[in-house]
Amino acid sequence: MTVQPRTELPPELTCMAPVVIALAGQPNVGKSTIFNMLTGLNQHVGNWPGKTVERKSGLCSQGDSAFTLIDLPGTYSLTANSEEERIARDFIVRERPDVVIAVVDAAILERSLYLLTELLLLPAPVILALNMLDVAEQEGIHVEPAVLEAALGIPVVPMSAARGMGFTELLETVRKLLAGEIPYHPQRPTIRKEHELVLGQLLTLIEPHVPQPYPADWVALKLLEGDDEITALMQAQLPPELWTQVHALLHQHEDAILDIAGARYEWIERMVRAAVVRPRLGQMGLTARLDTVFTHPLWGTLVLLGVLGGVFGVTYALGSPLQEALSALIEALAEGIRQALAGAPPWLGALLADGVMGGAGMVITFLPILLIFFTALALLEDTGYMARIAYLADRVMHAIGLHGKSFVPLLLGFGCNVPAVLGSRIIETRRARLLTLLLAPLIPCTARMAVVAVLAPVFFDGAAVWVSWGLVALNVLAVFAMGLLLHRVILRGEQVAFIMELPLYHLPNARTVALYVWNNLVAFLRKAGTVILGVSVGVWALSYFPHGEVTGSYLATAGQWLEPLGRLLGVPWQMMAALLTSFVAKENTIATLSILYGDFQTILPQVMSPAAALGYLVTQMLFIPCVATVVVMQQEAGTRWMALGLGLLLVLSLGGGIAVYHLAALAWGL
Amino acid sequence: MTPLSELQPGQAGIIRALQGGHSLVSRLAALGFTPGAPVTMVRNPGHGPLIVSVRGTRVALGRGEAAQVLLLKQEAPHDGATPN
Repeated sequence: MTVQPRTELPPELTCMAPVVIALAGQPNVGKSTIFNMLTGLNQHVGNWPGKTVERKSGLCSQGDSAFTLIDLPGTYSLTANSEEERIARDFIVRERPDVVIAVVDAAILERSLYLLTELLLLPAPVILALNMLDVAEQEGIHVEPAVLEAALGIPVVPMSAARGMGFTELLETVRKLLAGEIPYHPQRPTIRKEHELVLGQLLTLIEPHVPQPYPADWVALKLLEGDDEITALMQAQLPPELWTQVHALLHQHEDAILDIAGARYEWIERMVRAAVVRPRLGQMGLTARLDTVFTHPLWGTLVLLGVLGGVFGVTYALGSPLQEALSALIEALAEGIRQALAGAPPWLGALLADGVMGGAGMVITFLPILLIFFTALALLEDTGYMARIAYLADRVMHAIGLHGKSFVPLLLGFGCNVPAVLGSRIIETRRARLLTLLLAPLIPCTARMAVVAVLAPVFFDGAAVWVSWGLVALNVLAVFAMGLLLHRVILRGEQVAFIMELPLYHLPNARTVALYVWNNLVAFLRKAGTVILGVSVGVWALSYFPHGEVTGSYLATAGQWLEPLGRLLGVPWQMMAALLTSFVAKENTIATLSILYGDFQTILPQVMSPAAALGYLVTQMLFIPCVATVVVMQQEAGTRWMALGLGLLLVLSLGGGIAVYHLAALAWGL
Repeated sequence: MTPLSELQPGQAGIIRALQGGHSLVSRLAALGFTPGAPVTMVRNPGHGPLIVSVRGTRVALGRGEAAQVLLLKQEAPHDGATPN
């Protein structure tokens, strides 16, 4: 085999190395660690064209050889069950990588070799990266790479990626295979006798009609497996009378998928028989021992609460002081700008110091909390503990159609809604991801709670604490109510079964964690940061012009237009203006009130009733989130879903506020 | 035949059949739930999702999903997977 220069590369790769390696593997086999160790910061993270699935590509080199590495989505098989599976196989079939590296976990060799049985049917040479040998030893499992290599007929490279072992050998094997220096005679899994005949018939019928670049025998097999995408493809390609014949054949063998999968596992058993030594009967591996505690209904829940309490502890101990220091720094810079521009027109100084620095300051003060939360997410995921959280939380989350994994991002929302929305990426299915990020804004973040902490005592004195807790409870209730609405009415009929692997525990890889945090922070700054800055400057301008102050500004005018709505809530227009400014940042509510009223703590009880205050607080707690959250919602879910989410929140918050106001007024006779 | 969801922790069985829609069967099959494969129950709290061990992997399954897997119960644990 020789290397040909490639012409059909995706545009962002044209300047990269001409040899393309695709990295394939099931979830949790250490594929990301291998990708990160090979590419380091030479990687580009984007989305697959037109898809919401993350696409990572990168450059790696060894000696004179340089390779372009494409990280395919982690999938258990290559049927069209999910978007990830379609992406992975389409890439191999259509883009024809020069080599596919199949990463497998030595500790669960049979299961992770299942993907290999599918990869071997596609037109690209495969190298097996036998990863996690260290984890296998820790679980008492011993694997002989040389024996496996002899059985499979493809190169097998022993690796412990998290410990940095096997990378030189891996790239050297790629180079040698491409140069034709090592033999490549793969064994391929076969189909059971009872289906051989029908597979042959199918192949004869469809072969002349299979479009490029699909291999005809692979298409025939996928038809027999009942693969939706390939079935649709061939239905469109075949003349109607031929399709009728094919369809009749397939109908007789509807359950072939089980036999095909069963035959693949039998083939795997034959391949690994001589290569694997298992632990003695009854011997407990590390994972089994840890799971007796971590998945226990009581002890597991206590551990979970401890872990999450730890994350919040770190946030308050490290994140908050860092955030305050950054705020002080930005404020000092803004003050410097004000003084430097003292001679210039006042609007210019205000624009730069309050508008631009205010917006930029807000973006930057998000960084400490995002840093801590992303690190926590990466650690939980990379150690394998996240799957246990998902298992424990699934019972509660299931009620509103959420995956157990949604629990962690939603919980992070109590700190800040932005990482809650971004954190929804860890959820595999698009439906559960959408649900999670649409519900995230209903989790009361610290900024919302700060507003409550200031306003509640103004009206409720000693009962303020109870009011605050009641409001939090109401929000949690709203999460379930809106979850049910979305699950049962709007996103109905796409319910996905709960099937989740509990990976073996292993030590996290520092580089994988660091790169995950880095990529996410950079993406936030680059994509969300600029938009948030722009919108904050815009809203600042509305609150400044035309007279150079909030009173009489466009925003105040808008607040006055909302006076009829304010009347329904029993509050003056100033409160509506404060609600509007909370769109930039929740804590702005307080700032606006002090500008409009001066000493609002004395004045407010005279202009509105406690019933109205309660209604207003309910509205404030359920209102559309701050601009930063809205921007990341738009980026993660698209404009339509973001708009739907905001629409529902508007209805819920105003409806809830008005209802609470009138009910409370009735009850208290005010 | 017994539905997988009725297996008690520590009990094992050999898968005989899978019911349910094509996509559920196909996903379960890829994870190793194929006829002939031994399964051991690891955790079955009586309600909510359960944990089973199949082909050396621990898999969490919804109760409804587990009810679609039919097996032949075995008396002694089949492999090294130890119940909790």
